[in-house]
Amino acid sequence: MKGYIHSFESFGTVDGPGIRFVVFMQGCPMRCLYCHNPDTWQFAAGKRFSANEVFENVLKYKSYISDGGGVTVSGGEPLMQIEFVTELFSLLKQRGIHTALDTSGITFDKNNTAEIDGLLKYTDLVLLDIKHIDEQEHIKLTGHSNKNVLDFARYLSATGKPVWIRHVLAAGITDDDKYLKRLKEFTDTLKNVKKTEILPYHAMGEIKYEKQGIPYPLKGALPPTEERIRNAKLILTR
Amino acid sequence: MDCKAWEGFKKGKWSVEVNVRDFIQSNYTPYEGDGEFLAPPTAATKKLWEEILKLSEAERKAGGVLDADTSTVSTLTSHAAGYIDEKLEKIVGLQTDKPFKRALQPFGGIKMAEQALNMYGYEIDPEVKNIFTHYRKSHNDGVYDAYTPEMRRARRAHILTGLPDTYGRGRIVGDYRRVALYGVDYLIERKERDKLLTDGDMTPDKIRNREELSEQIKALKELKKLAVIYGRDISAPAETAAQAVQALYFGYLAAVKDQNGAAMSIGRNSTFLDIYIQRDIERGILTEEGAQELIDHFVMKLRIIKFMRIKEYNELFSGDPTWVTESIGGMGVDGRTLVTKSSFRILHTLENLGPAPEPNLTVLWSVNLPEAFKKFCAQTSIKTSAIQYESDDLMRPEMGDDYCIACCVSCMRVGKDMQFFGARANLAKCLLYAINGGKDELIKDKTTGKALQVSPEFSPVTGDGALDFDDVKEKYEQMMDWLARLYVNVLNLIHYMHDKYSYEALEMALHDTEVRRFFATGIAGLSCAADSLSAIKYAKVYPVRNEEGIVTDFKIEGDYPKYGNNDDRVDELAVWLLKTFMGKVKSNYTYRESVPTTSVLTITSNVVYGKNTGNTPDGRRAGEPLAPGANPMHGRDTNGALASLESVAKLPYEYARDGISNTFSITPASLGKESAERVNNLVRMMDGYVTDGGHHLNVNVFSRDTLLDAQAHPEKYPQLTIRVSGYAVNFNKLTREQQNDVISRTIHQNF
Repeated sequence: MKGYIHSFESFGTVDGPGIRFVVFMQGCPMRCLYCHNPDTWQFAAGKRFSANEVFENVLKYKSYISDGGGVTVSGGEPLMQIEFVTELFSLLKQRGIHTALDTSGITFDKNNTAEIDGLLKYTDLVLLDIKHIDEQEHIKLTGHSNKNVLDFARYLSATGKPVWIRHVLAAGITDDDKYLKRLKEFTDTLKNVKKTEILPYHAMGEIKYEKQGIPYPLKGALPPTEERIRNAKLILTR
Repeated sequence: MDCKAWEGFKKGKWSVEVNVRDFIQSNYTPYEGDGEFLAPPTAATKKLWEEILKLSEAERKAGGVLDADTSTVSTLTSHAAGYIDEKLEKIVGLQTDKPFKRALQPFGGIKMAEQALNMYGYEIDPEVKNIFTHYRKSHNDGVYDAYTPEMRRARRAHILTGLPDTYGRGRIVGDYRRVALYGVDYLIERKERDKLLTDGDMTPDKIRNREELSEQIKALKELKKLAVIYGRDISAPAETAAQAVQALYFGYLAAVKDQNGAAMSIGRNSTFLDIYIQRDIERGILTEEGAQELIDHFVMKLRIIKFMRIKEYNELFSGDPTWVTESIGGMGVDGRTLVTKSSFRILHTLENLGPAPEPNLTVLWSVNLPEAFKKFCAQTSIKTSAIQYESDDLMRPEMGDDYCIACCVSCMRVGKDMQFFGARANLAKCLLYAINGGKDELIKDKTTGKALQVSPEFSPVTGDGALDFDDVKEKYEQMMDWLARLYVNVLNLIHYMHDKYSYEALEMALHDTEVRRFFATGIAGLSCAADSLSAIKYAKVYPVRNEEGIVTDFKIEGDYPKYGNNDDRVDELAVWLLKTFMGKVKSNYTYRESVPTTSVLTITSNVVYGKNTGNTPDGRRAGEPLAPGANPMHGRDTNGALASLESVAKLPYEYARDGISNTFSITPASLGKESAERVNNLVRMMDGYVTDGGHHLNVNVFSRDTLLDAQAHPEKYPQLTIRVSGYAVNFNKLTREQQNDVISRTIHQNF
């Protein structure tokens, strides 16, 4: 099974616990306004690797990732290439390597979970990105409803899979107290949340838009202030 | 020998012979806890450090040298006592009679001593110049008397650079602990006995040994007098921790008064001193505050060791370094950790006094070190960027558990090994010589005006077609044969003269009489040469010739794998280079039955080496810096931090026993989101690197913005310390060019 891969990071320290070998998958159906990886949007682009090739590459770093770290598959949206990720994770689990899936959950279908169950069997941790708690706002921000995302969150809770909730904080888009409180109410209903992370928006992706020739949707937007970050932390991680 | 000073110590082999390792093993207390017990600086410490900061600022304003002795030749007893503030100093002793006053040390070379003074606006006393010109020959004069024309050409062309032919070779570490543990009288007695045993047929070797032992005994007697100048007596063993630190420091001070060596390292002392501190604390005569104060005052003295050096020297080794390297931690061969509370105390000086480049604090890392100590080190690194790490797991099997690091990465058993420091050969330039048959790509012959033929004439690469890998490789091997042979012979000659005219009597007096000697060669330009070979092998590289037919540039078609990305195709080329060159070094005669070794270490001379190296086949432009040590070329390691570390870790340490230096820089945010995560990730990174065979790592944690700001506003960052190549420097002391080189290095960052 070959997958389309955007890139690798051998020293990932911000996507899951410990030192992570991060695989950035190519292709994403979402078009989040604040996305900092527009170069991962396009499907069937990037480089093709078999799951085994990626696995072999990971093993080169086993001395760094075996104690408290592991592998994170991110993107792009990894669930768009679920077969590939499943094969990779199954190989990793055979070697006892911790696996984390960084996803928006957008492809989840609660009526057809066979495929995702196959993946979750080999997944130690899900980093679930909840972009917005409000459905309309979610559509404005990403072009999609958040129904599948929230369904996925509930499903993970029901099956007891450990989850880190991640929320990108962008001033004027996702940092309204009202919505942050609603998000908190929602995550409080979940039984499996080990950590909630706030990811402050930054403009470092802008240069990638320029390179791709795509207009930057948040031109001039500023990162949230320290005060707003503290506020969001207070609400979400209380 | 038995005495009151040893009460409370467990006796052993050490009490009937000189054996510091056995003393440590019999008496030290391993510590597995954290740094909670540590004490802040005392009022006296703060006051003294303020004084030193004031003097440092005055020195910077004065252009780099605050005061210099122009007439008194430095010996162990040449100067009256000097103090910063006598009433406050727990540990006393300065190189001259005033702090920051540099000593006159002409034994390495009278010309250099004179030039160095002139550069900073001083005039050497004519009588001293007269004596050292007409009556007393110096090391430098001896070397130049014997150099061959070929050696002079190689030196002029900078294919060999940084040779210790104009300055003290350094890198010899006396076992200064012996002064504290045994007292000087006993050490003299032992050396006198050794001298009696050196009898029989008077071969030149035996005559030299007898003369050297006499010099050693004289130096030990002088050492006692040095202490007397400060009102102390070190003829007998130290009775308290304060006396032990003081005696040990006198030993070291004597060494730096005697020698202006490139690297004047101090050994492995903190765990040794811990035994005295622990005993005093248990006896109720020392508190934690008092213990920390002793270490702080000791370290303050080490921070202000200074030498008078010429500008060219500073270009090679930037930032006025002295390499007062102190090795910390590690594991014992019996499995107990050698970490003690004093390992923490000495690192804690970076907190109490703020960061500083000296002493060059070197943690001997093992995956088996106590977790709390690992975290303490990582935390201190993140805060100060002032620590370097070397793999105890790599060195211990060969060197045991009482070795230390000299200079940056050179491993030696304390008091049992010494080395002949050999600077380094430029392998990137050697590749250009292979292509041009030994004609220099930059330098002209003064008489013919054509490219200077540095080596004998070898057959160059012919034609204008793409370079053929096998052809170039074969020519490169031949050129390396020539270079290795010449290099070793240059060093044989240099060290013969150094022994003759500037023998390190005091330092060698603090060694066993029978020592093992290393012949420490070095390699520069490894990554540039490996990438160049990779370009020739995997891309198409066309030579571009000047009117004389010399290849002075290259046209590259296509891409090629680059060292620093954990790609075996090129990493194997780097390994081949190291093994091949080391093999060639080994096949030559080395002075005084020394054991040949090599290092992949450039200090900061990568800038100067680059300046003297033409365009290379990897696309690097003429004059641009080479990468420091074993680092990948700047900006070419694009697969993340670990890929870069792994490429370096592939270089086999058994072929480079003098060390493989790697300088690593990362932004704080790229280590993790929160402080505890950053500490953990750095610890796991070090464990991984050491597990995979990495030897040395300088850890810098800062952002490029900080460096740019410090370049623009040095006054805002008086203590900004960065690790360069095996040592640390105060960023403000680098030349602008060197600052730019550091700024342009890969700083790993992800977001």
